[in-house]
Amino acid sequence: MTKGVKVAGLLFVIALFVVPAFAMQQPPSPPDGFVPASSLPGQEQLPAAPLVIVAYAVVWLLVLGYLWSIWNRLARAERELADVSRRLAAGQRR
Amino acid sequence: MKKLFLPLLIVTAALFAYAPFAIHYAPYESTMGLVQKIFYFHVPSWIAMFCAAVVCGLAGAMVIFAGRKDADRVAQAAAELAVVFGLMGLLTGPLWGRKAWGVWWQWDARLTSALVMWLVFVAYLLLRKYGGAGSEKLSAVLALFGMANVPFVYWSVNVWRTVHPKTSVVMTLKPSMGIPFLLCSVAFVALFTVLLAARVRLENVRASIDELYLSLED
Repeated sequence: MTKGVKVAGLLFVIALFVVPAFAMQQPPSPPDGFVPASSLPGQEQLPAAPLVIVAYAVVWLLVLGYLWSIWNRLARAERELADVSRRLAAGQRR
Repeated sequence: MKKLFLPLLIVTAALFAYAPFAIHYAPYESTMGLVQKIFYFHVPSWIAMFCAAVVCGLAGAMVIFAGRKDADRVAQAAAELAVVFGLMGLLTGPLWGRKAWGVWWQWDARLTSALVMWLVFVAYLLLRKYGGAGSEKLSAVLALFGMANVPFVYWSVNVWRTVHPKTSVVMTLKPSMGIPFLLCSVAFVALFTVLLAARVRLENVRASIDELYLSLED
């Protein structure tokens, strides 16, 4: 097992335990009365645009990253296939 | 499939190039506003994940009952895609939920069952990587369990009380929202098909290498 895979595995296991702890947060309790939007705390006026941009960026990064990964692995495998075929052909000639 | 690959790749690229314009011109949802636009990539990513889970499960069944090695390669490719598309859904969902519900995550039936289904496919990949000889059949059984989760995850919002929108949302979309959604769904399913073909090719090349190494040893 390579060091990178070990680190990734360790991070994954830690995430499995840590994420639920953060995710268990409960939604804030409802207000006693109606509150004008202008007097809401900053957290409630959360702008939507950064969330939308991050969501689309995540999707594009995952698609492009995965495409690069397949491309890379396929190129390496095809190089190895050509190399083994050459060695096999050389062995048969002898 | 080889002849279809390039046209499908071009169609997929064209759909993804057009998708941002279709999403931009789709109207804002009345209660959620701009953040609802995450829906146009979030739901199609789960549709692609379900496709991957079903393909993986069916290929796994062929491995168990018919001992097909080519099906094993398809199952392995589909499991990896299930993890990738599932990760897209699991990351984009909380970004939408933070604005719409006020929290990143809720341990309700839909979100938890979707996470469990994704973990099943992560387990499949870990088993394939570190399971050693004979892990094909064990992981094929895991693939069947993963596929069996699909209807539970899909109908969970209709059966249990949950903060997540129901499945009827998609069926009742107005054309101005429905057409961009359909376009994005087709784009994601096309992307899934293209990636599956490329990933299966990688497995086929690896299988050829293994065969050649065996010939070299002989």
